[in-house]
Amino acid sequence: MTLSVHFQGSATHQGTPLFRGVILDLRAGEWTCLLGVSGVGKSTILRLIADLPVHTTFDGSITASDGEPLSGRIAYMAQQDLLLPWGTVADNVSIGDKLRGTRPDAARRDDLLAKVGLTIHAAKKPSELSGGQRQRVALARTLYEGGDLVLLDEPFSALDARTRADMQDLAAELLRSKTVLLVTHDPTDAARLGHRIAVMTADGLNWSDPPTGPIPRDIDSAETMQSQAALLKTLRAA
Amino acid sequence: MIGFLRPLVAIGLALAIWQGIIIAFEPPRFIFPSPSRVAETWWENRMLIAWHTGVTMSEVALGLIIGVTVGCITALTLATSGFARLALKPILVFSQALPVFALAPILVLWLGYGMGSKIAMATLIIYFPVTSAFYDGLMRTPPGMLDLARVMGASPRRILWVVRVPAAIPSFVSGLRLAAVYAPIGAVIGEWVGASNGLGYLMLLANGRAKTDLMFAAMITLGVCSVILYLTTLAATNRIAPETQSKRL
Repeated sequence: MTLSVHFQGSATHQGTPLFRGVILDLRAGEWTCLLGVSGVGKSTILRLIADLPVHTTFDGSITASDGEPLSGRIAYMAQQDLLLPWGTVADNVSIGDKLRGTRPDAARRDDLLAKVGLTIHAAKKPSELSGGQRQRVALARTLYEGGDLVLLDEPFSALDARTRADMQDLAAELLRSKTVLLVTHDPTDAARLGHRIAVMTADGLNWSDPPTGPIPRDIDSAETMQSQAALLKTLRAA
Repeated sequence: MIGFLRPLVAIGLALAIWQGIIIAFEPPRFIFPSPSRVAETWWENRMLIAWHTGVTMSEVALGLIIGVTVGCITALTLATSGFARLALKPILVFSQALPVFALAPILVLWLGYGMGSKIAMATLIIYFPVTSAFYDGLMRTPPGMLDLARVMGASPRRILWVVRVPAAIPSFVSGLRLAAVYAPIGAVIGEWVGASNGLGYLMLLANGRAKTDLMFAAMITLGVCSVILYLTTLAATNRIAPETQSKRL
């Protein structure tokens, strides 16, 4: 059984409300896209779920469907690849085990490197790879963690248009059956990948209808493009 | 080839200017000896100079080892303990405000005329640059890497050894390079204040007896040894942290 997560609450930053009464459900096995402009608090929500330090005071609750704590079941991927420059690509994929002091699973690591198409680069240092390749290593590292809940914080934002589209395809394929929260400011990400799409504004979340069809949706389908345009309009109106 | 020739050209130029001054102004030998005179004195006293060089460089080496070790321990303590930062940091900054030169006579008084006080001087003079460089590096781990490590369920101790320390190596390396330059200065100051061995002692002795040529010979030997120490450190640190590779001198 996959995990679903219920988030609700308010956050204030030095007395000023950042967001109020936000209710966000991450459904099992689905991609939930949280779309919003910079500074609206969408990353704060992701960090709160990940139990990472935030500069805000949070009043609310975050609960998993099985009532168990979330820690240890989360995989996290950010805009920067966060690869350790002194380790090889392979070291970086299994870095979680080194950080926990457990034995790395070499077979699993090699399998994931093959899935992201980087087998021949396994022994290289991250600095020898392109930005897109590095983000693929980060994706492999995220998958290696095996968490049921995957938190993606603008993972495609630093990539050029073509690489970004490739990464969206790859992530959609490899994170199938995971419960995913994708925080992004890009309507394309949301329109292609969101099973559910929420636009976050200062007033809270506005749920908007995603395009039909399985993800990743075609970039050039009329429906995806319309959805993208509608999302952009909502963003600008906010 | 060009890279190898450049320092030789510079040295040749310096020697030519030196000899030029001698020819133009004809200063007395005990005030400003000629390069050839210094070379001759150096050769005649090579065993004496070698002995004193051995003493000074042993002081420098031991000072480096102790200073770097204690500096690393301090930096790690400061980086991992908020209490240490609160209690130790002001003392550390204040200690650095005291000129090491002023401490030298006290160190000689406490530790005697032997190598101990000079090792202590070398240690003291490099302790702060090493501590401060390494500590800075430990506190400047990219925050995203720390986030990632936390989500992966790493303990603070694991985060320190797997992420923070390796990420701080480039900063540590710049501290180490500074230390290689400072350590000989520390040892020589100690020798000036009171010693019976070492290049600093030899310089002072030669100077006092108007043996300026011997003083120059000792000084140039110290300079050459310091440059060799620096270049060795540079080569070693370039191996540990190739990304910090800097241009040679």
